[in-house]
Amino acid sequence: MFMLKYILRNAFRHKLRALLTVTGVAIAILAFGLLRTLVGLWYLGVESSSSTRLVSRNAISLVFSLPISYKERIRQIPGVTRTGAMNWFGGIYISEKNFFPNFAIEPQAFLDLYPEFLLSPEEQKGFLLDRQGAVVGQKLAATYGWKLGDRVILKGTIFPGQWEFVIRGIYRGAQRSTDETQFFFNWDYLNETLRRTIPRRADQAGIYIVGVSNPEKAAEVAQAIDSSFKNSLAETMTETEKAFQLSFVAMTQAIMIAIKIVSYVVIVIIMVVAANTMAMTARERISEYATLKTLGFQWHHIAAAIFGESLFIATLGGVVGILGTFPAALFIEKELSQFFPTFQVTTTTTVLQLSAAILVGATASIFPTWRAATIRIAVGLRRIG
Amino acid sequence: MTTVLTASGMALVVMVFAATLMLTDGLKKTLVETGSPDNVVVIRKGAQTEVQSGVERLQANLVESLPGITIGSEGSRLLSKELVVLINLPKRGSNKPSNVVIRGVSSISLALRPQVRLVEGRMPQPGSSEIMTGSGIARRFQGTGIGEHLRFGMRDWTVVGIFEGGTTGFNSEIWGDVDQLMQAFRRPVYSSMLFRLADSNNFEKLKEQIESDPRLTLEAKREPRYYLDQSEAMSKFLNILGMTLTIIFSLGAIIGAMITMYASVANRVAEIGTLRALGFQRSSILAAFLSEALILGLIGGLAGLFCASFLQLLTISTMNWQSFSELSFSFSLTITTALESIAFSMVMGLAGGLIPALRAGRISIVDALRES
Repeated sequence: MFMLKYILRNAFRHKLRALLTVTGVAIAILAFGLLRTLVGLWYLGVESSSSTRLVSRNAISLVFSLPISYKERIRQIPGVTRTGAMNWFGGIYISEKNFFPNFAIEPQAFLDLYPEFLLSPEEQKGFLLDRQGAVVGQKLAATYGWKLGDRVILKGTIFPGQWEFVIRGIYRGAQRSTDETQFFFNWDYLNETLRRTIPRRADQAGIYIVGVSNPEKAAEVAQAIDSSFKNSLAETMTETEKAFQLSFVAMTQAIMIAIKIVSYVVIVIIMVVAANTMAMTARERISEYATLKTLGFQWHHIAAAIFGESLFIATLGGVVGILGTFPAALFIEKELSQFFPTFQVTTTTTVLQLSAAILVGATASIFPTWRAATIRIAVGLRRIG
Repeated sequence: MTTVLTASGMALVVMVFAATLMLTDGLKKTLVETGSPDNVVVIRKGAQTEVQSGVERLQANLVESLPGITIGSEGSRLLSKELVVLINLPKRGSNKPSNVVIRGVSSISLALRPQVRLVEGRMPQPGSSEIMTGSGIARRFQGTGIGEHLRFGMRDWTVVGIFEGGTTGFNSEIWGDVDQLMQAFRRPVYSSMLFRLADSNNFEKLKEQIESDPRLTLEAKREPRYYLDQSEAMSKFLNILGMTLTIIFSLGAIIGAMITMYASVANRVAEIGTLRALGFQRSSILAAFLSEALILGLIGGLAGLFCASFLQLLTISTMNWQSFSELSFSFSLTITTALESIAFSMVMGLAGGLIPALRAGRISIVDALRES
């Protein structure tokens, strides 16, 4: 108990220095937490994948499409519950800055294969019946102030022209981490317009979303689909939705690795600063430690005192940093929602933040602890001031 | 030791700062060098990249007949109709698939792009299943070295040459005969056209002609501008990220500098008192401590810059979100970046040392001398 009191009293002996160190650690831990959450965002698509969905694309690359005739053949493969065509539309709303993902998808397949997007029965019916209908996520609708029945015009990039849609549904995500910034519209609208304007591009699906009845059989079903189209004009490559999303993540892997490295560099920098503080503190108190040793305290008492003080300051800074992460994340989610659809701090991140703070505290004190614990009493007392 | 620690903290921050600037410069260099200002890229109106665009054969022929295009030495126009698609290839070693740009070219394409040179092997023969790969691809993807084979579009293709594109985006592409590729991929339309202007000042007039023609749904851009637009989103993101990180880090380093300077002031209170008693002004004391902080910043900055210069040996390859193709670029260190980094570091030192130095200046002589 005395040790604790001793540590606490000593920690705030030099108020300004302690305050600065705590602030420094808090900033670093905050940055670490935000960076980790940013990396986590990359995996958002992967996290929200369902184990009962497969994605079938053209084996050459995403740039090539699959004929609509494949739909029936895929549906007949054992293990497949439902399938639907989906095309990345890539439309622009007013200006390129307002980016959000927009897709053409067959409405019934959309409703059956994506149960995590919650819609009321009227909204579902409206989407099914209206050729120009669109379903958008809650966050997206809030960003642009869209309500049910509003007309929205998207400028096509891959499919040129001005495309007009009517909002027939605004979905909520079943989980908090579900992406609510997506825009889905009726595939038939896209196809029928293409049939009139550029017939050679009609009747093509970008990808097929395939629902499987049993997630354990996913690999089998994927292979069955691919082998039935082998050696045809458009060979398929079917993988689980998770693998499909991961392939996108892997393409920007270099950036992610860089961000991860940077988040560790933050910790190293603050370790250096904390070590600096502890080294200074220990150096000033050498004569005190020598006095304590004279009084009969052992080297492990001294070591515990320094170690404890360093740990205390670092953990205090860590806790402040962790507490600050939540409001910061909330702010980012609200203000920068167009770049970051969700910005949720996970429990793992918080645990890692705390561990980082403790690590900083421990490492910063290594050299001063060793020095103070091993100093001979006479040498220590010789140092005055 | 505390000086070393503080300086290392600042060195790390300067490294991150310099790395961000170097990355943006490297990215810009890659993309801007990728184009010649006398070349014009023609793509479909509304498409932002060649991958999204489609140019019908009829439209291509109409553009080819326009006056203002350079006539080559053999009497044909310096205009190339090209196909740009992506294929998924596994990387050497990790087997991870990544998108690679395949460009269907004609014999004129190499002439239109002076930054690209053949370094090994030969050009693919027109009408054959031969391809050549950029050196950035040959190193990193399976089946892309000379003599190796790739299979796509239900045909086997042999790599007969390797070309070098420097830091341009072409270094990460595979080139083949445009007609063969169009057949293999069953694409009846081109993706884009590239031609050289006979007179560079004629660009606006030619652009107007192409874009206002009702038979053509096309738009024309100068080549460097086209590639610059492609990287806008990516470089903006990297820039913002880098700057935010640097600001956060510099706060940490400034705090470190402050702690060091406060301690150094506290340790020398007696000296300050003596100096004041001898007749030195408050402002001299202030200046002395400020210079100490600045020098600390300078040392940290030089150390950080030194370490950052090693980054130039690294090549980063990632996917450009807008064009979906692999983009390979390196860090480029310029004098401006070096000077900016040193200045930044000294400012950090100054910011950290200002308040302690002010405090040092304000101590009264009697109190200072009493403290020994």
